[in-house]
Amino acid sequence: MSVVNYARTLQKVILNIGPRCYHRWVTTASVALRIRDSKQNFRCRLWCGLLTPVHYQYSTEGNTSKVPSVATWEPVLENQLPPAKQVPADLVDKLERLALVDFPNQEGLVCLKKAIRFADQLHVVDTEGVDPMDSVLENRALYLREDVVAEGDCADRLLQLSKDTVEEYFVAPPGNIPLPGREEC
Amino acid sequence: LTVHAQIQSITKLFSGSQVRFQAPPNSLVSFFDASLPGTLPVLNRRCVEAAVMTGLALDCVINRKSLFDRKHYFYADLPAGYQITQQRRPIAVDGTLTYSHLGGTRRNTLITKSVRIKQIQLEQDSGKSLHDDRRGQTLIDLNRAGVGLMELVMEPDMSCGEEAAAAVRELQLILQALGTCQGHMDEGQLRVDANVSVHRPGDPWGVRTEVKNINSGRNLARAIDYEIQRQVGVLKNGGTVQNETRSFDRKSGHTLPMRDKEGLQDYRFMPEPNLPPLIVYDRPSTAPPCVHPSQVVVLEEVRAGLPELPRARRTRLVESYDILPEHSFTLVNEDGLTDYFEAVVKETKAGPRKVIGWVNQVLLGLLHHHSLSVSQSPVTPQMLAQLLNLQENGQISSSVAKQVFQELWRAPGKTAQQIIQEQDLGIVSNTTEIHRICQKVVDSHPDQVQAIRGGNKKVLNKLMGLVQKETKGRADPVLVRSILEEKTS
Repeated sequence: MSVVNYARTLQKVILNIGPRCYHRWVTTASVALRIRDSKQNFRCRLWCGLLTPVHYQYSTEGNTSKVPSVATWEPVLENQLPPAKQVPADLVDKLERLALVDFPNQEGLVCLKKAIRFADQLHVVDTEGVDPMDSVLENRALYLREDVVAEGDCADRLLQLSKDTVEEYFVAPPGNIPLPGREEC
Repeated sequence: LTVHAQIQSITKLFSGSQVRFQAPPNSLVSFFDASLPGTLPVLNRRCVEAAVMTGLALDCVINRKSLFDRKHYFYADLPAGYQITQQRRPIAVDGTLTYSHLGGTRRNTLITKSVRIKQIQLEQDSGKSLHDDRRGQTLIDLNRAGVGLMELVMEPDMSCGEEAAAAVRELQLILQALGTCQGHMDEGQLRVDANVSVHRPGDPWGVRTEVKNINSGRNLARAIDYEIQRQVGVLKNGGTVQNETRSFDRKSGHTLPMRDKEGLQDYRFMPEPNLPPLIVYDRPSTAPPCVHPSQVVVLEEVRAGLPELPRARRTRLVESYDILPEHSFTLVNEDGLTDYFEAVVKETKAGPRKVIGWVNQVLLGLLHHHSLSVSQSPVTPQMLAQLLNLQENGQISSSVAKQVFQELWRAPGKTAQQIIQEQDLGIVSNTTEIHRICQKVVDSHPDQVQAIRGGNKKVLNKLMGLVQKETKGRADPVLVRSILEEKTS
C-alpha cells in the first residue's frame, strides 16, 4: 500500500477523532511527501501522534534542516552603509537612453534612490579572498552541440508575429528613434 | 585593425539553423535567432574548434577557461537587444601575425613585419538591414543573425595602408588554409574596421577614429592613407581630431562621418547567465573521465590537425625549388598559382628558376591585365610546359617563345608546335645565313660601327635589334651577339 493511501486512511480516522487532534498538524499529504523514503518512520510516528495528541515541531529526525528555529534577521543600520551616491540628471538621461526605462517624475527618481540604497547593503558583506560568481551554472559543463542543421525554415510562423512585414522581411523604422529630451517630457 | 571573420560552419554559433550566403529572407532563422522568449543558446563545437585552430595558427595563448558576456545596444537587426560575445576572458590572447609585402625602390624586396594580436573572441553576428529611405523604413533579414564570428583585435603596430592590406591578405591566406573562414571580403565573410590615429614621434598617441565600410584589401589601403592625410591636415591647421566613426566612400576615396552614432557608446557588459564557462583541455588525459569525447575540445588534437600554413608553404617552395623568397611570396599570394607552377615544373625539363620567370612575370602580367584568375587562364600548365621544352631543345629562341605564348593566349585551340610550323618561327641556326645578315647590317650602319669601335658598347644592342628584325626574331641571340662583336672589333 503506498504512503499516500496510508495518509488518506489516517486522515479519515483523525477526522472521526475530532478537531482537538487537528491542532498543529500539517495536512497528512504534505507529511507523506516530506518523509517519503522512510515509510516505517511515518507509520510509527503517526500512530504515536494519534494516541498522544501533543504539539511537536516538524523537525523530524534523519532530516537536518538548515532553516533556523528563530528568525536571525538583523536589520542593517544606516551608518553601516557607505555614503549615498548622488544620481545626477545627466546619468538618469543616459540610463533612460541605454536601458529604455522611464523615470517620468520625481517619484520615479526617489524610487531609484531607494533601490540603490537597498542594494548598498551588499557592501556590508566581507568578500575578502572570495572569487566573484557569475551564475549558479559556473561548475556545470558547457554542452557542445554537433554541427548539424536542426532548425530553421519557419519564416511564415515568424513573420506572423510581426505587425508589419514586406515580402518576407520584417519592417523597422530607420535607425534609432531619438528619445525626447527632458524638457519635452 | 579589428577583423570580424565569419566562421565557416554548417550551423550558427548558438542555434541549429543553417549558414548559407544567399537564401530567401528569414528562411534560415530559428526561434533563438529571432529572440523569441523561452529560447536558450547552445554552443556549436565546430565554432570552438575553429577559434582554437585560428588561435594556434597565430601563436596565441589559448585561455583554458573563457567566459561569455552580453553586450547591450539597441538596433533593429539585433532582435535580442544584446550580442553574446567574450569580453572579459576571450578564448585566445597575445598572438602574432607575421606578414610580408614587396617593397623597396623597385618593389621586389621582401619586407617582413609582424603585428601583435590582442585577442580572438567568439561572438554572434547581427542580421542584415536594408534601408528604404523613400518610405522611411528598414527591412530586416535575420538569416545572418547568430552566425559565429571570430573577432580578431590587433595592436596598433602598422604604420601605413600598404602594411595593413598586406597583414589582412596574410590573415586571409591563413584562414583559408585552415578552412575556418573563406575570407571573401566582398561577400562579407571578412570585415575589417581600421582605427587610425596620428602623432608626432615622441608624443603620446593621438585621438583615433574608426573607419568602417571597407570591402577589399585595396580599399583598406586607400581608406587608411586618406584618413592619415586628413588627420595630419586637421592637426596642421590647428584643429583637433574628433573621436568618431567614419564611413569609407569607395567612389571618392574619402572617409565621411557616419550618421546615427551618438558619441561614445556604453555597452553595459554583463556576464551571460545562460552559459557556463567554456573549458578547453590540454591533453585527452586531463579531460574529466565521465565526459563524452564529443563534449571535450582537446588542444593537442587540434594542434595535430593543423594543415600547412602559408608561412610553411613558402619556406617549402624556396627549399625544394631553390627560388627566391620574393618569388615564393608571389606564388602563395595568388590563388592557385603555386599549383600551376608545380604542375609546369613537373612536366618540363627547364629549371624552376626559368619557370618562375615565365609564371610570375609573363603569365601573371597577362592575367592581371585581363583581370582573370589563375583558374581562368587560357594557357594551361601543360601548354606552357610544352613551350618551355621546345625552347630547351633549341627549336625556338627565347623571343620567339614569348611571341608563341601570346599566340597561345589568343588562340588556345592550337598547340605550340602548330603555331611554330604555321608561322615558320623555327630557330635559324644556319650560321652562314646569320653571318650574311650581320654583315649586311654592319655595312649599312658604318657610324654605329665606328661608335662601337670607339668604346660605346651599348650601340651593339641596336645592331642586334636590327638583325633580329631581319630574322623575325628567330636567330639565337647569343650567337648573333658573338658574331656582331667579332665583326665590329
